[in-house]
Amino acid sequence: MSYSLAELCICAASRAFEGDGEVLATGIGVIPRLAASLAMKTCNTDLMMTDSEAWMLSEPNPLGQRPEGFQQANESWMGFSRIFDNVWSGKRHAMLGPTQVDRFGQSNTSALGGSYQAPKVMMLGARGFPGNSISHPNSFFVPAHSTRVFVEGECDFVSSIGYNPDRLPRGHALSDIDIRLIVTNLCVMDFGGPDYQARLVSLHPGISAGQVQENTGFPLHVAGDVPATAAPTQAQLDAIAALDPHNQRAAQIKDNPPGDPAAGDGS
Amino acid sequence: MDKQMTATDVVGQLENGMTLGIGGWGPRRKPMALVREILRSDLKDLTLVAYGGADVGMLCAAGKVKKLVFAFVSLDFIPLEPFFRQARQAGSIEVSELDEGMMLLGLRAAAWGLPFIPTGVGLGTDIVKVNADLKLVDSPYDDKEWVAVPALKLDASLIHVDRADARGVCQIAGPDHYMDDMFARAADKTYVSCDELVDSAFFNDPAQARQVHWERAATAGVVHLPGGAHPSSCNPLYGFDVAHFKEYAGFARDAAGFAGYLDKYLGASESDYQTAVGGLDAIRQLPLPVY
Repeated sequence: MSYSLAELCICAASRAFEGDGEVLATGIGVIPRLAASLAMKTCNTDLMMTDSEAWMLSEPNPLGQRPEGFQQANESWMGFSRIFDNVWSGKRHAMLGPTQVDRFGQSNTSALGGSYQAPKVMMLGARGFPGNSISHPNSFFVPAHSTRVFVEGECDFVSSIGYNPDRLPRGHALSDIDIRLIVTNLCVMDFGGPDYQARLVSLHPGISAGQVQENTGFPLHVAGDVPATAAPTQAQLDAIAALDPHNQRAAQIKDNPPGDPAAGDGS
Repeated sequence: MDKQMTATDVVGQLENGMTLGIGGWGPRRKPMALVREILRSDLKDLTLVAYGGADVGMLCAAGKVKKLVFAFVSLDFIPLEPFFRQARQAGSIEVSELDEGMMLLGLRAAAWGLPFIPTGVGLGTDIVKVNADLKLVDSPYDDKEWVAVPALKLDASLIHVDRADARGVCQIAGPDHYMDDMFARAADKTYVSCDELVDSAFFNDPAQARQVHWERAATAGVVHLPGGAHPSSCNPLYGFDVAHFKEYAGFARDAAGFAGYLDKYLGASESDYQTAVGGLDAIRQLPLPVY
């Protein structure tokens, strides 16, 4: 069976939500949103999800323009002010795509280079990352794994808290923080190494541990033989196709490569 | 009490150096006609507090902003607001960058007359480093430290709503009122523009009254400005103007810059502006976005 790298990443990322129970799953961006939606359809049917606007859904919405007469499965109002009540309760897991991630799992969505008063590149701002990171589990998706994203030092601006002992607020513990999973176009990682060191969890087909390390600005914990990222099942691929009828996933990773280079591109 | 006024009256009530809250969220339900009236005025040195979109971009580009309190500035489908970026990268504005929820807490503290509200939000991040006035405090009940979000007191707030009556009863019929209730409560004076002006009896229907998110005592002035959120959305009346925002963003890449945008669209009045963008009927035809 052939499948794209995007589909492999969606399936791998969906597993981040597997043991979460009844929490709000928020995926920002096409692949994180499809991962959260796939999890809700398969490995964790207790998940909650919004329409990215103001309603909680009992069925995830498909991406993009919906067919005439489509009615989304609302189950409650969920405006932005109420999102924060949920965030601060901890019953949420967000998956997002920051511009930088460092060895502590700290991330940056705000600004690159220059000075803080006049950054070289201004991005979105901190958005809700600070509050998310101190309140509930967070995962990251990175479509182009490189040392520009996984930086050698600390992030240029730390938008979200990670496992950095020097920044730990008094009375709080590193174990209060939950950076769950990082899925990239090369591999899956977590912070399960010694002292919350970033750890290689699985390698996508055709990728070596050396290749991942070369594209990461900090040392990764690699324990023994790293398994291959599990290939999508037909049931998962069918669910993804139904959730993404306009194939937006094909535009998310450069050149939309096959998931298993040895098996073809899935088209 | 009749609180009706004109956009010019509203701007006449504002003073240089004031702290202004602007309701809405990114490209959604922004009081853009009131923002345009500020662009036509001599008002300057403003401190803005907003979940920012083109309101923030335009006021920055026009040199009206001394300081910006923000968590993001975005047009959604154009993630990075082009003129906000230019202002930040040129270092031309002071900023206080907060978390989205932290901004809500600051508005709540102001609305409730509290000096601060404690939270875990911001701990361990650069938010507590770049905001020199953001203090960490000890809890009287545990041994942890927390962030004390100071009250974000506003001299005035500008908000756009679907409907209002002359007494300042305001209805937001769209799916989300965002943080507009807190912007209304955190300000000394809240000025509201409305797409439709209705009789007070309109709110006798409980279904209509249920969509009123603050009491009229929190509204100081009402301006009837149909289409006044354009080019942002006023769901369910109209969506945001994708083509207009693309052209606006184009001006940021062009030599003409923001002056070129103003020359083409601003005009001497809202009526001039609406003529330049194709009229109110065209605004009301703009499709709602699909997320």
